[in-house]
Amino acid sequence: MTESWLRPNRLLLAALGALTVFFLVVPTSLVIPMGFSSSQILTFPPPGWSLQWYQKMLTDPQWTNGFVNSLEVATLTAIVSSVLGTLAALGLVRGRFPGKSLVNGLILTPLIVPVIIIAIGMFSLYVRWKITGSLIGLVAAHTALAIPFVVINVSVSLRTMDMNLEMAAQNLGAGPIRTFRRITLPLALPGILAGALFAFLTSWDEVVVAIFISTARFRTLPVEMWEQVRQVVDPTVAAVATVVLAVTTTVLLLVFVVRRQAPAT
Amino acid sequence: MALPGLPAGRSGRRPRGGPTVNRWAWLTLPAVVFLVVLFLVPLVLMSLRSFTEPPNAGLANYGEFFASEADIRVLGNTFYIATISTIVCLVIGYPYAYLMSVAPPRVAGLLLIAVLVPFWSSLLVRTFAWEVILRDTGVINSLLMGWGIISQPLSLIRNTLGVILGMSQILLPFMVLPLYAVMRRIDPEYSRAAANLGAPPFAAFRRIFLPLSLPGVVAGSLLVFVLALGFYITPTILGSPRETMISRFIADQIQQRLNWGLGSAMAVILMILTFIVLALASRAVRIRDVFGALGDES
Amino acid sequence: MSATARRTGAPSDRPALAVRGLVKTFGEVAAVDGVDLDVAQGEFITLLGPSGSGKTTTLRMIAGFTTQTSGTIEIDGLNVSRVPPYRRDVGMIFQNYALFPHMTAAQNIAFPLEMRRTSRAETKRRVGDALALVKLEGFGARYPRQLSGGQQQRIAFARAVVFNPRLLLMDEPLGALDKKLREALQLEVMHISRQLGATVVYVTHDQEEALVMSDRIAIFSKGKIEQLGRGEDLYDRPVSLFVADFIGESNIFRGRFERDGDGGSVVRASWRWRVGPVAVERAGIDDGAAGALVVRPERMRIVGPEDDGSAGANAIEAAVNDVLYLGSMRKYELALPDGQPAVVREQVGTSAADWRAGDRVRLTWTVDDGVLVADPRG
Repeated sequence: MTESWLRPNRLLLAALGALTVFFLVVPTSLVIPMGFSSSQILTFPPPGWSLQWYQKMLTDPQWTNGFVNSLEVATLTAIVSSVLGTLAALGLVRGRFPGKSLVNGLILTPLIVPVIIIAIGMFSLYVRWKITGSLIGLVAAHTALAIPFVVINVSVSLRTMDMNLEMAAQNLGAGPIRTFRRITLPLALPGILAGALFAFLTSWDEVVVAIFISTARFRTLPVEMWEQVRQVVDPTVAAVATVVLAVTTTVLLLVFVVRRQAPAT
Repeated sequence: MALPGLPAGRSGRRPRGGPTVNRWAWLTLPAVVFLVVLFLVPLVLMSLRSFTEPPNAGLANYGEFFASEADIRVLGNTFYIATISTIVCLVIGYPYAYLMSVAPPRVAGLLLIAVLVPFWSSLLVRTFAWEVILRDTGVINSLLMGWGIISQPLSLIRNTLGVILGMSQILLPFMVLPLYAVMRRIDPEYSRAAANLGAPPFAAFRRIFLPLSLPGVVAGSLLVFVLALGFYITPTILGSPRETMISRFIADQIQQRLNWGLGSAMAVILMILTFIVLALASRAVRIRDVFGALGDES
Repeated sequence: MSATARRTGAPSDRPALAVRGLVKTFGEVAAVDGVDLDVAQGEFITLLGPSGSGKTTTLRMIAGFTTQTSGTIEIDGLNVSRVPPYRRDVGMIFQNYALFPHMTAAQNIAFPLEMRRTSRAETKRRVGDALALVKLEGFGARYPRQLSGGQQQRIAFARAVVFNPRLLLMDEPLGALDKKLREALQLEVMHISRQLGATVVYVTHDQEEALVMSDRIAIFSKGKIEQLGRGEDLYDRPVSLFVADFIGESNIFRGRFERDGDGGSVVRASWRWRVGPVAVERAGIDDGAAGALVVRPERMRIVGPEDDGSAGANAIEAAVNDVLYLGSMRKYELALPDGQPAVVREQVGTSAADWRAGDRVRLTWTVDDGVLVADPRG
C-alpha cells in the first residue's frame, strides 16, 4: 500500500490504530504493577515494590483453593467439550440428516443467550439435582458454554480438509476406521486442540454462571475475585488478576503453537 | 496379492439412492443430548417458573414488570447503554478493522493479537482494571492530581461514563473481528479501479469500500448490541444503582429477593428481546457467519 | 525391482478391467449412462471428454468411491462391483496428488504397504525401490510441502504403484503442472507404466495428452462412450460430429445424404460433394437423412478460383479471411459463400501460391478424404 492517494489518510489511521491498541491493552495491563506494590492500598504509581501480595495470595486457602478448583474445572471442561464438540463437528460437517440446521442452531445457542439467563436456568435446576457447589456441576455448566467454540474450530479444520486425502487412504487399502485414525484425526488435531484450549479459557474466565452455581464449599477463582472486588479491594486481587492473565496468555501461546503445527496442504 | 471378492452388500461410502440419514449424523447425538439436558431443559423450566411462581401466577409476573415504572426504566437503561456501547465500538472499531485490512501482513497480525488477547482475557479482570483506573483514588485521578491539573477527583466511576468505557473496551473485539472478516475479503483492486476511474480517495471509500463493508458493520453491531443487552459483571462493578441493567436486576430478584417468578419473567423478556434483535439482523447477515468470524481467526 | 515387477500369472487373455452396462444417476440426471469397456492387460487407455461427460464419475466407480446405480465392474476377472475401495487393490493418482501432508514422502509411499501388513524390512526395501523408480532417491524424508509440484506428482505415482495394484487409475494427474513439465512427465508416466507392465486407465480433457500417451482412447460425451479406438482411428475415422469436433480441427459440410450405387453425395443448396463407398458403408446412414461431411484441414487444398482441381475431387468456393503463420505450418481461415468458416493447414513451402486475406479461392479435397457422419442437428 504505497499509493500516494492513500497517504494523507494513513498517518491519521495509524495514529487511531495506536490509540486503539493502547485502549485495548494498557488498562488491563495496569493491574500487573499494582500486584507488586508495597502500598497497602491500590495506588498508582506504586510507591515501591514488594511480593507481599503474592505471599498473601499463596498462603490464603481461599485463593489457593479457588485456583486449584478453577484449574480442575477448566481442564475437565476442555476434555469433555472437546470430545463432544469434535464428534458433533464431524456429524455436522459430514453428516446428512433432517433437522441439521436445528442441531446447528442448538449447538450455537449458548453463544447467543445472555449468560445471566443461562446462569439462573442452570442454578434453578442444578439446585434440585444437588450439583451446585460441585466439580461436576461446574464442569457440566461450562461444557455447555464451551462446546460451540470446539465445534466452530473443528468444523473449520474439517471443511478445509481435502476430501481426496481420505479417498486416497481408502484407495491405498485403509478401511474406514484406519482412515479416520491415520488421516482424518491427525489432520483435524490442530483444530481439536485449539478448540480444547479455547474451551479451557471459556471455563477459566467464566464468572456469571460460576457465581450462581458455586457455593462457599466449592468456588472457582473468578468467583473468589468477584466476592473480593465487591467488598474490600486490596492489592491481593491485583496479584490474583495477574495470575489469571498469565494463565490466559500461556494458553493463547499454546493455541498459537498448535496452529503453527498445522500441516499446510 | 489378489484379494478375495467380498460378499455383496458391503458397499463403499453410501448405499444406493442416498438415504436421508448417514452414519456420520449419529455423532452429533452426544452433544445434542448433553445440551438438551443440561442447557435447554434448564432454560425451559426456568421460563415456566415465570408462569407458575407464585402458584397460578399466569401472566401476573409480566404484568407486574410492565406496570412498574422502575422496572421499565431498567429496561430503557439497558437499551440506552447497549446502544451507546455499540456506537462507541463501531466508531473505534471501524477504522481499526480498516487499518488491519490495509496494513502489511505482519502489522495486521500484531493488530489482530492486540484484539484477540483481550478477547480471551477474563472479563472480570478487565473490569477490575477499569475500577482501579477510574475510581477517585485510581490511576487517572491520582496522576492528574499529582501533576496539579485538578484538585478534586473527577467522578469517572459509579456512573454511565464508567460503564460505557468499560463495556466498550470489553466488547470492542466483538466489533473488530466480524468487520475485519468482511473487510479483508474486499479486493483492494476495487479501490484502485475507482481511483483510476476518477474517484478521489474519499469518494472511492464512500462509494466502494463502505457499501462492501456494510455486512461487517451489521454483523459487528448486532453482536455487540446483543452481548451488551445481557451484560452483568461490568455495569455492576463500574455503575451505580442508577445504571442498573436488566441482568443485574434479574440476579438481584433471584439472589436477594428469592423472587423466582419475577426474575424468570424478566429473563424471558431479555431472551425474547435478544431473539428479536437476532431475527431482525438475520435479514441482513447469516447469524452463523457472525459467530463463525470469532472461531475463524481466533 | 521385484517391488514393482509386473504381476505374473495373470492370464493375458483375460481383460484387466471389464466394465459392463455401467450407469450412475444423481437424482434425475444420468452422469454415466451405460458404459461398456474392456481393457487388456498392460494396456494404457484414456478416458477423454469435456467436463461433465462422465469420465471422472466412471473412474471413481472403478476405484469404488462412487457406487454405480447399475452395471458391473470386473478387475482381473473378479467382480468388484460391491467391494469397498480399500479392498479393490487398485492404485490411483489424484488430480491434486492427495499426498498426506502430515507424513513424509517415504511414509506416504509406505502407507499402502503398512495397510497390507508388509514386514518392516520389506516395506523399507520397496519404498526405496519406488523412490528409485521415480528418480527421487534421497527425498524420502521430505514432507509434501517441501517438494515441487513435479516431485509431488512423482511421489504420488510411486505411492500408487508400490503395492503392485492390479490396475492404475489416474485422474488428470498432470493438470496442475505447467506446460513444459507436463509434457516431460507425460513421457515419463508412459514409459514407467510400460516398464512396469501396468494396466492404466487415465482421465484427461486434454486431447494432445490423450493422443501422446494412450494405446486406445475412449471419447466420452453425455455419460456414454462415443467412440473407442486408437488415436489415428479417432482422427481419421470419427464416427460422429462430436468426435470429429472434439479431436483436432475439422471442416464440416452439412447437408442431405443421397445414396447412389456404392457411394453417395452430401447435397446442400447448389453444392454436391461426393462420398466414397467405404465412408458410406461405415456411416450407415439412410438415403435422404441429414449427413455431414468431415474433412481435416490438412487434407484440403487451396486453388485459384478458376481452377477445377483434379477431376472427380470435391470443391467449394471460399474467401480467405486470415493467414496465420505457425512456424512449419501455415493456417488459412476462410469463409464459405454461406458465411460458414473453414480452415486449411498447409506445410510451409508446399503451397502453389501465397494466398492473402481477401483472395477469392476454391477449396478442394479428394473423395476418400471426406468422412461421412450422421448429423443429429440436421
